Amino acid sequence: MATQSQRQDERLQQISLWKLLLGRPEFGAIAGAVLVFLFFTIVAGNKGFLNSIGIRTWLEVSAQLGILGIGATMLMIGGEFDLSVGSMIAASGMLFLLPIVQYGWPVWIAFIIAIGFAILMGYINGSLVNRTGLPSFIVTLAFLFILRGGTLGFTREITNSTQVSVRSFIGQIEGVTTGSQAREVIQNAFPGQLFSFELFGLPASIFWWIAIALLASWILLRTRFGNWVFAIGGNPEAARNAGVPVNRVRIILFMGTAVCATILAMLQIFDLGSADVSRGNLKEFEAIIVAVIGGTLLTGGYGSAIGAVFGALIFGMTSQGIFIARWNTDWFRVFLGGLLLIAVIFNNFIRKRATEAK
Amino acid sequence: MAPQVELRDIVKTFGSVIALNGVTMSVGAGEVMCLLGDNGAGKSTLIKTLSGVHKPTSGEMFIEGRAVTLNSPRDAQRHGIATVHQHLAIEPLMSVTRNFFLGREPIKGWGPFQRFDFDFGNRTAISEMGKMGIDIRDPNQAVGTMSGGERQCVAISRAVYFGAKILILDEPTAALGVKQAGVVLRYIAQARSQGLSVIFITHNVHHAYPVGDKFTILKRGRSYGTFAKTEVSREEVLGMMAGTEELDQLESELEEFARSDEEAATEAVSNYQASAVAEHALADELHKERGRLKGDSQEEG
Repeated sequence: MATQSQRQDERLQQISLWKLLLGRPEFGAIAGAVLVFLFFTIVAGNKGFLNSIGIRTWLEVSAQLGILGIGATMLMIGGEFDLSVGSMIAASGMLFLLPIVQYGWPVWIAFIIAIGFAILMGYINGSLVNRTGLPSFIVTLAFLFILRGGTLGFTREITNSTQVSVRSFIGQIEGVTTGSQAREVIQNAFPGQLFSFELFGLPASIFWWIAIALLASWILLRTRFGNWVFAIGGNPEAARNAGVPVNRVRIILFMGTAVCATILAMLQIFDLGSADVSRGNLKEFEAIIVAVIGGTLLTGGYGSAIGAVFGALIFGMTSQGIFIARWNTDWFRVFLGGLLLIAVIFNNFIRKRATEAK
Repeated sequence: MAPQVELRDIVKTFGSVIALNGVTMSVGAGEVMCLLGDNGAGKSTLIKTLSGVHKPTSGEMFIEGRAVTLNSPRDAQRHGIATVHQHLAIEPLMSVTRNFFLGREPIKGWGPFQRFDFDFGNRTAISEMGKMGIDIRDPNQAVGTMSGGERQCVAISRAVYFGAKILILDEPTAALGVKQAGVVLRYIAQARSQGLSVIFITHNVHHAYPVGDKFTILKRGRSYGTFAKTEVSREEVLGMMAGTEELDQLESELEEFARSDEEAATEAVSNYQASAVAEHALADELHKERGRLKGDSQEEG
């Protein structure tokens, strides 16, 4: 930006603010989020959309999806998809809570196992895509089923149930007689505080969402690695020719989506005190929707983490707004699909503008 | 003085297919060698051998007089060989600066705060492209918004900036119009005047002849010979490329057509003449440009 003001080229016409904004990938999502906010402020503002509980609710829904969506966005900019993140939420959550509840393992060891498993799964996904050259859509679709089914199989085998809850502590640990006391047992053990703290009346998930968004934006816009992410998504052969370690970058991005899924699983477990084999169902598609509404191209090479933040906000405000306005929530998915279609058409238009000679 | 790069009796076979059958050639510093040949002549294999993708089955390669073995494209880069491919060089959705430094990003800051030095990057991209006569309007502009010739020039100037001594250009003008090709050809002339060796691969004699110092013609995996520009005319080069007999045959076939449809033929000839006129104008312009550059470098010398 500094060079632009120093050096005024006569061919650089003063473009209007509108055109400048239109050239940014996150513009559509920000404009959309403002519109959705105004809409529900009008129709549901006095029904609780704007009071502290209402705001907390839609922010939390946005945050949870946003964490997943930012990981998906970075991977999608790198030209790939990860359909296994939804199943990953269930798998890593169960891998975390089951040893604690069933075998009494320390929380921090279970946490390391869950994160380690996510990194391993990211490595497997990335390596398979690299080695086979198959579309990541197919490879991760396989793991969508393998992880979901594996989680169900193991959990039922070990516990004879599909859910594991800290309520099992009641009566087993001294002084624990209620569900919330049982939850406090894991919340107070490291790293439980990291996922269960509250600040200014807002839950931890919102701060994780902001932190991950800032980190992702910093990486994408300011670092060497970010340059490589855009490059492998845009034209992997050109990136390889320029000396970018394409395979390694791809594997790291797959690890990123799996770790984001695990962070989300932790937030839910410390909030609810349970892990369930069906958790995270369909979240892989919601993550992709968030990325696309956020202005990221399905074909890779273009997008923004800030866009994903606003994509998640649109999602969260709408799903909770409809509920708060006491409309029939059955129609939410119709709205979501329509929104996705509009976003893709808009993005296509933006891409054409970006690639065609001016 | 030893030539910048020299190949002796390079043979490359893939199973039973003999792609290169004893190619010998050399390029000096500040020299443009045009590698001409029809499809299947072995141009691609030769380029890939030079850029470290393939290892020759037999034969020797010398860079600045020293025998070298290239095991990988990175190896070739270390020896100052840079290959610019027609399509595989540029990220259209990324900015000029991001493209220019892709894979070799300038870094500032420390430890986890290391970051892409965009100030330096933007300045360098503008000045490097400027040196080669391309004035970038905005270094944050996506390369996809630039013209085809300018895109090729981003790839070439990047190679030059990062210390390439031997530039291999794989059909850089193939998809370009007359004017855009002119931008690239002018750039090739610039690179030569900076003392680089350029190996310029093309189908098009009209693009090769104005900038080339010598011409190596590949045919069916063999080198048909290397000719200095002073030795051959444009028509002779064209004849050698296609094979005079084949051209004669083609001509008689065309006469056959002409008899059956004289009108269409007349139109075709006038079209050809029109494009030939444009090509000649380009060649003249380049000739003048070269004269000017020579003048410049003599003044400096």
